[in-house]
Amino acid sequence: MLIGAVTGFAVATTTGLPVLGALGAMAAAALAASIFAFLVLTLMANQVATGLALTIFGTGVSALIGAPFVGITTPTFGPIFPEALTSSPLLRLVFGHSPVVYLGLILTLAVAWFLARSRAGLILRAVGESDTAAHAIGYPVLTVRYLAILFGGAMAGLAGSYYSLVLTPMWAERLTAGRGWIAIALVVFASWKPGRMLAGAYLFGLVITMELQAKAAGFNMFAPEVLAALPYVATIAVLAIISAAKRGGANAPACLGKSFRATA
Amino acid sequence: MSLMRLESRRQESRAMMLAAPVIAVAATLLVGAALFTLLGHDGLGAVYEIFVKPLFNPYRWQDLLVKAAPLAMIATGLAIGFRANVWNIGAEGQYILGGLAGTGVALATLDMTGSWILPAMLVCGILGGMAWAAIPALLKTTLGVNEILSSLMLNYVAIQILYYLMRGPWKDPMGFNFPQTAMFTADQTLPMVVPGTLIHLGVPLAAAVALTAFLVLARTVTGFQMKVVGLAPRAAAFGGFGAASTVWIALLAGGGLAGLAGIIEAAGPFGQMVPQFPTGYGYTAIIVAFLGRLNPLGILLAAMVLALTYVGGESAQTTIGLPSAATGVFQSMMLFFLLAADILVRYRLVSGRPATVADTAANPAAKAEPKPKAVTA
Repeated sequence: MLIGAVTGFAVATTTGLPVLGALGAMAAAALAASIFAFLVLTLMANQVATGLALTIFGTGVSALIGAPFVGITTPTFGPIFPEALTSSPLLRLVFGHSPVVYLGLILTLAVAWFLARSRAGLILRAVGESDTAAHAIGYPVLTVRYLAILFGGAMAGLAGSYYSLVLTPMWAERLTAGRGWIAIALVVFASWKPGRMLAGAYLFGLVITMELQAKAAGFNMFAPEVLAALPYVATIAVLAIISAAKRGGANAPACLGKSFRATA
Repeated sequence: MSLMRLESRRQESRAMMLAAPVIAVAATLLVGAALFTLLGHDGLGAVYEIFVKPLFNPYRWQDLLVKAAPLAMIATGLAIGFRANVWNIGAEGQYILGGLAGTGVALATLDMTGSWILPAMLVCGILGGMAWAAIPALLKTTLGVNEILSSLMLNYVAIQILYYLMRGPWKDPMGFNFPQTAMFTADQTLPMVVPGTLIHLGVPLAAAVALTAFLVLARTVTGFQMKVVGLAPRAAAFGGFGAASTVWIALLAGGGLAGLAGIIEAAGPFGQMVPQFPTGYGYTAIIVAFLGRLNPLGILLAAMVLALTYVGGESAQTTIGLPSAATGVFQSMMLFFLLAADILVRYRLVSGRPATVADTAANPAAKAEPKPKAVTA
């Protein structure tokens, strides 16, 4: 996400084209994800440790690349709908967002369709549920996993570029403030179902927006630090509730986190 | 089939186990130099400034020991948990809470004197770290909440608690409105063990912690429990080692030692509590734990290597203008290469045709490891 954020910002500022920024962000983040993929898939490294290494690496590299871009502004995405459609608050709720917001919706629906309805999605789920069985039938387990990790990386990169190009829009070290980790918690919360993922994402969006709105409205009942900690506390609370309801990790793919090596 | 190919080893190679960290550090130096050259910096100069120059400057040696102490302490605690597959990623938060708990004692005793104050601070530091680690332990054992996510989220919460206390209740009334506490008194500060240097009590304490942990892990039932649970969870359950007790031991050990490291930093190099207190030691210690092969003695060595990246990274900032973020890049590369080299522990590279089942059956001795793996350590 951070690598995506900084690449998106750098490309958009240099070329003046936010679309190129978002594409560059996806490419750079997928490249970073390929390091992870090579280590955990080909070299069967510990996934937790590799993920952490990538996080520290991304934080460092993004700070290195981003240093010359601190404190400057970037071209951002314009609205895609005509101004007439955003005249009232209700209409603005529907039409008044950055194109990336709608892209997020479309992509979630597309992934939901892909996983549930397409042949390739079925193969992907088979590889996740039983790598040995999928391998025995002749599906390329590692290739599928490589593609899945690269796609995940590209999406994280796109999300990162949304922070640096749309939400803030600027670059600062550690800009995404652990949102990538919250996204992992969201997957657990949604029991690997894209539809529930979307609901969860908007729920968290609400919690995070509350922090900003409360500040803007001069709502001083809690210290600002309490509000800043809220998304993280909410994540833990949501994980606790979902784990209590299902005794943890229900519906997780059976082969999640396991490495695979063809033996025959 | 003349390609290189991986072949399973019968037993994990002990030689590769020890060689992998060396390979990882060497690869980091080489690739690091190349990467920083590509990024437009003086790559070779960066490697020289960070990894070589501090070693030849005796004044830097004390810096190394002081930086290595908290890393070794935290990593030792984490290694106990990692051995049992309990992934405590919350050491950073436990470090902060330990520092805060000890600081609380210090602020309450500002007007007092006595040699009991510093030990009380250290004990409260340990308890503070343990309390913060108890949250993921409780959530894991009662509800089955993944400890990776819960302990990590608590790091961000801990930082906000620190900010709140610094800006509000704990702000030094005489501090010109700076968000920091009053300076600790002489009775609240770690004494120097080598007069005239920066080497404080925390340095021998860290070594003692690692040695104790080494003995506990190698010689006690608890140490055996952590190992068995990690290697063979089902066998551990049949052997009567409860999963819940393992989680509690792992997280409390990790939290307690991270908390101790926290108060040692606060009562040592910092001498007060400031918002800049969290320096990422909790994350770097994870690299230290892996580089030290989850063995407390290896961790002492690995802590020195990672301390080198901090000390060298700082001096490289002033001498050749290398950005401070370079330190993190070098550290993460070390973990990348270690994880990559680790495949050689379980597999060997061979060339040519795969050995068939018949070959192996006909000549089993040819593939056996020369030395059986030692059970201890």
